[in-house]
Amino acid sequence: MTNSEVLVQQLIIGLSNGMIIALIALGYTMVYGIVELINFSHGDLFMLGTFLALTVVGALGLGEPLDGQVITWGVIPLLIIVPVFCAAVNWTADRLAYRPLRNAPRLAPLVSAIGVSFVYMNIGLFWGGLPMEVFNMGTAPAAPKDFTALVSYDNLLGDSNITLTAKEVLVFAVTTPLLMALTVMVKYTRLGRAMRAVAQEPTAARLVGIHVDSVIGVAFILGGALAGFASVIYALYNNTIYFQMGFRVGMDAFTAAVLGGIGSLPGAVLGGILIGVIRAFSDQYIATEWTNVVVFAVLILALFFRPSGLLGSTAAEKV
Amino acid sequence: MLQRSFLLGLLALAGSAALAPGAGAQEPNTIKIVSSLPHTGSANAQTNTIVNGVRLALEEAGNKAGNFTIVYEAWDDASPERGQWDPAVEAANADRAIADPSVMAYIGTYNSGAAKIAMPKLNQAGMLMVSPGNTWPGLTKPGVGEPNEPMVYRPSKKVTYFRVVPADDIQGLVAAQWTKEMGCKRVFLLHDRELYGKGIATMYEKEAKKQGLEVVGLEGIDPKASNYRSLVTKIKQKRPDLVYFGGTTQTNAGQIAKDLRSANLQVKYMVPDGCFENAFIEAAGAENVEGTAFITFGGVPADQLTGPGKVFYENYKKRFNAEPQAYAAYGYECGRVVLEAIKRAGKKDRAAIVDACATIKDFEGLLGRWSFDENGDTTVKTMSGNTVRGGKFEFVKVFGDSQP
Repeated sequence: MTNSEVLVQQLIIGLSNGMIIALIALGYTMVYGIVELINFSHGDLFMLGTFLALTVVGALGLGEPLDGQVITWGVIPLLIIVPVFCAAVNWTADRLAYRPLRNAPRLAPLVSAIGVSFVYMNIGLFWGGLPMEVFNMGTAPAAPKDFTALVSYDNLLGDSNITLTAKEVLVFAVTTPLLMALTVMVKYTRLGRAMRAVAQEPTAARLVGIHVDSVIGVAFILGGALAGFASVIYALYNNTIYFQMGFRVGMDAFTAAVLGGIGSLPGAVLGGILIGVIRAFSDQYIATEWTNVVVFAVLILALFFRPSGLLGSTAAEKV
Repeated sequence: MLQRSFLLGLLALAGSAALAPGAGAQEPNTIKIVSSLPHTGSANAQTNTIVNGVRLALEEAGNKAGNFTIVYEAWDDASPERGQWDPAVEAANADRAIADPSVMAYIGTYNSGAAKIAMPKLNQAGMLMVSPGNTWPGLTKPGVGEPNEPMVYRPSKKVTYFRVVPADDIQGLVAAQWTKEMGCKRVFLLHDRELYGKGIATMYEKEAKKQGLEVVGLEGIDPKASNYRSLVTKIKQKRPDLVYFGGTTQTNAGQIAKDLRSANLQVKYMVPDGCFENAFIEAAGAENVEGTAFITFGGVPADQLTGPGKVFYENYKKRFNAEPQAYAAYGYECGRVVLEAIKRAGKKDRAAIVDACATIKDFEGLLGRWSFDENGDTTVKTMSGNTVRGGKFEFVKVFGDSQP
């Protein structure tokens, strides 16, 4: 491989990983922008999504694509069922664990979110232990589980040194329209305007007749659905899931949200992509041992010069 | 089946926690032995098979050693938070065993890192510890690990820790020799930055250089990363014939296999015994390791055992209605060693039982006749090489001492 081929390859890998991080980061940033809650359970919600995806794969008996095909049509039900499930779970968590604490000191819902994250993790552990025949789960509850390769490993570029599989294409094909749709919704629809109003000043929003609680509910639903899409894409891209993955992936996404400016939607996307690309370049040009250090060094540097993140608004009170 | 036994294990744990100081504990003719192994995590299936091995040994002896009735409890040293062994739980287990006057022997641990925590505590208390799975050489052998090893684990200066499994200095060596035999010339080394994984990769590297193999790269991976595609791209540039990963199923050995495939990299993939469990094939996806993964193991797979080993294999299958996994034989061996030590000591006294254990020589084990050396290591040096065929481990060959 020539140096430029390596560079292109690492960019492809970095962008793919970054897009997945961005999808999850959006869930953090949306909820934070509106209720100022760092929803720590978001990563574990994402993990539950991957478990549901694997269960659906088992229940529908989906397998690898036939020769000559790069993708199984079974991906489509996954992309419907899992986001709906994650949206519903996220909304329920808001109703049960966060909404009753809306007027409590800010630490209370935060602790509540950490609690929810443990609940999810233990559900994941239990889910992973369900018998293999029905649920596709393998024999060891906590072990990493293989996610059936519904998207082929074949290189679309034939014998080229650069590898581009249908998996990478899928990541872009799913995330790009989602990000566009979300931007349009927040910018141009009534609901989007209501969301921005609540984010700016909930009391004033209530005064002008916005139903604040339903707007908050919508933020949880949208964030959950994005986590659900991320679950499916992640599982199809990496083909391994385990019950503890939510913490780590959530951490990356949260870092991305902070880097981009928490509360800012374009910021979360930029942060996610940056982290993905920095990781890839650090693995290639520095050493894998140092990758986490590099990522956080960049974060610290960025916050040093722009304390509210790369695209965060500079208003002191509201982020 | 496995799931049910897992739940039963949990119930047993809950029960034992509730009944710890309960009836029977103080009876002079009852001796309790405990095991501290990871039941929560990918090693659970392996742990169940070890525990079954111990149980089989005890049952065959009628739960008796000399005049003593033996009670056995299987404790978990893992936590759901970590998904593998947890230092806090291991420390608590050791303390609990020491505090219970009826506990005379501690079977464990599975992970070398966990052993580091339990060893000094149990040594101070003079309790016999026998491990079915620790392979870090520094736990027992002077001059191969850290400078303060192994004396740092022996505050009382006495050897109270024994292991029935050959250590990694031998395994790393065998892995490098096997690489050479397969005709590979360039190897890329990875490790998970943990005691076991990094240790064995270091041993491998040393021997690989001695064998004239070219080590084209050495990287410590992040075991929690979602994928290793960037790293695999880097590996691809170095054109290795074989990638060696010092690590376990839990530290993402399966994901590496997948990423090698997604980069369309045709290399052999060798891993140590931390991956010699069905969970590894499940995690990697059988089609991703079919014929390309090579797994070394200290000992030989249960179904390849001969003589007393074959009898064990048959009895295990009959009793538990399942195939024993790799370490079952060592669980069985641990159980027998502990019984033998208690029988030789003839009294319910921790020090006497440790002394008796040290005298075990020419023991008729599953891998032939072996003894404990002055460090508490087994004299068995038998290793095996395995691969994956048809979604199952397939035995390839034996290294070191041939079987009797």
